[in-house]
Amino acid sequence: MKSADIKNPMIKRFLGIIPVVFGVLILTFLLVHLIPGDPVEVMLGESATSADRTQLRAELGLNHSLPAQFVSYLGKLSVGDFGQSIHTKTPISSLLAERLPNTAKLALLALMIAIAIGLPLGVIAALNADNWLDKTATVFSLTLSAMPHFWLGPLMMMVFALWLGWLPVSGMESATSIILPALTLAFGLAAILTRMTRASLLEVLHEDFVRTAHSKGLTEYTVIIRHVLRAALLPIITVLGLQLGSLLAGAVITETVFSWDGVGRLLVESIEKRDYPVTQACVLVVALSYVVINLFTDLIYTQADPRVKLV
Amino acid sequence: MMQRFLYCLPLFVLLFWALTVVVSLLWDFHPNTINLQKILVTPNLHALLGYDDLGREVFARLINGARVSMLVATVVTIITMLFGITVGLISGFYGGKVDRFVMHITDVFMAFPGILLAIAFAAVLGAGLGNLIIALCMTSWVGYARLTRAQALSLRNRQHVLAAESLGASVPRILFKHMLPLLAAPLVVEATYSIAGLIIAEASLSFLGLGIQAPKASWGAMLRDGVRYMLVAPHYVLAVGLSLMSLVLAINLLGDQLRDYLDIKVTIK
Repeated sequence: MKSADIKNPMIKRFLGIIPVVFGVLILTFLLVHLIPGDPVEVMLGESATSADRTQLRAELGLNHSLPAQFVSYLGKLSVGDFGQSIHTKTPISSLLAERLPNTAKLALLALMIAIAIGLPLGVIAALNADNWLDKTATVFSLTLSAMPHFWLGPLMMMVFALWLGWLPVSGMESATSIILPALTLAFGLAAILTRMTRASLLEVLHEDFVRTAHSKGLTEYTVIIRHVLRAALLPIITVLGLQLGSLLAGAVITETVFSWDGVGRLLVESIEKRDYPVTQACVLVVALSYVVINLFTDLIYTQADPRVKLV
Repeated sequence: MMQRFLYCLPLFVLLFWALTVVVSLLWDFHPNTINLQKILVTPNLHALLGYDDLGREVFARLINGARVSMLVATVVTIITMLFGITVGLISGFYGGKVDRFVMHITDVFMAFPGILLAIAFAAVLGAGLGNLIIALCMTSWVGYARLTRAQALSLRNRQHVLAAESLGASVPRILFKHMLPLLAAPLVVEATYSIAGLIIAEASLSFLGLGIQAPKASWGAMLRDGVRYMLVAPHYVLAVGLSLMSLVLAINLLGDQLRDYLDIKVTIK
């Protein structure tokens, strides 16, 4: 069946991710083969015995041809087998199961904080366009968007944990440990959200239906919340969906800075230990989550605006 | 007057950093000279930004870090622009199967959020300047390809393109002489933002230990070292962080100005 024959756009969108997922699988599979020289040598180091090497080579299936390796890689993945860590010999699936909830927690909290800061700030900026409130909001969002996580994170650590002593420096022992990494992740997104909300609102504010709402005698509050914001929300949803992915990527650095035991930190640790099967699995899991998030954003988008049709 | 100055400020900041790069090429600041008596000494008249954890001058290392940062950003931008634009033009010009194939490939690359793929490539290739550039090139051509392709599609059936085609102009001639000049403006704006992104990406990879290796100076690695001594010597991490921020902010603002000047509607990806 050709994809053109399928009428339901929802199903079409679902099927559309199949080639993408397949491509992601190929690319992550090939990662290990990009290692210059002998991957086994690189992973085990020079001190390893030849027996160890032969064993690892067999474990990774490196003796077979590339297509055969890919097929067995897919076969194992389909039953949730990501292989095992070279150093600790633990199954990678259990490592991921342990770390993924932490990253999800962090990303979701960051997303909520970003919305709580960015949306109101964008609305305030748009309603006060070109006066000092707007300019302050713009400066705030510009400054934050120029602060990468590995700079904002330490800065917050320095101020809130070391100088003021309000929050724990790093780790995850206390319940308040999540606040600083979540804020670090959130601020960049809040900055983008502020700018997007402002721009989107400014476009809608001069539409006819807004003037109609005003002339009906509705309060300013009702006009903004019920009419303007609702119409302005669409581009904001798109940006949020795309940016949730950047939260996942940003989590790699933020988790490393704050010693937060998520997938991002697992990735960095695995790179340092040259535990490439773990690296491969982390990259795959983050990329696939991103694909799924984007899919859901598109679906939400169609629900939020009946005019939008998936092509 | 004040407004004028503020408007030009981003350009001044960029020129300042460009100047430091030129000066660092002409003058050896001894960024790797270790002075054990001066470990983490705070800023003073002899060393404007103080010393780092090995007693090396922060100012000298900062300037050398700026050089690496701008070198990487420039080289990667040139390579990825050439490749991405060519791919985008071909995809948009031929359309059909070629276009679908190219779009599938870019879809796959875009499935990896942000810097993730660059981290993965840098991890398997190993650290070092060359591999850092390769890793960033592999991931950042996609933006140019998508942008060029979208524009090229709309230019494909313009009269002057059809005219050139029917007069027997070769495909490269049509692509680069008749189509490229018309889509140069959005590409220039995209390139400006992407340079800021690359400076952050280079610093991120170096921060994770995947980029420039010690003892060579880079902003990312300096930040990582600085964080460790944040409590006793905040001058170190502050100097590097503020420098990085000033450069990225300046380039982003220049991008905004350029966009307004060229009157382009750039949609956020």
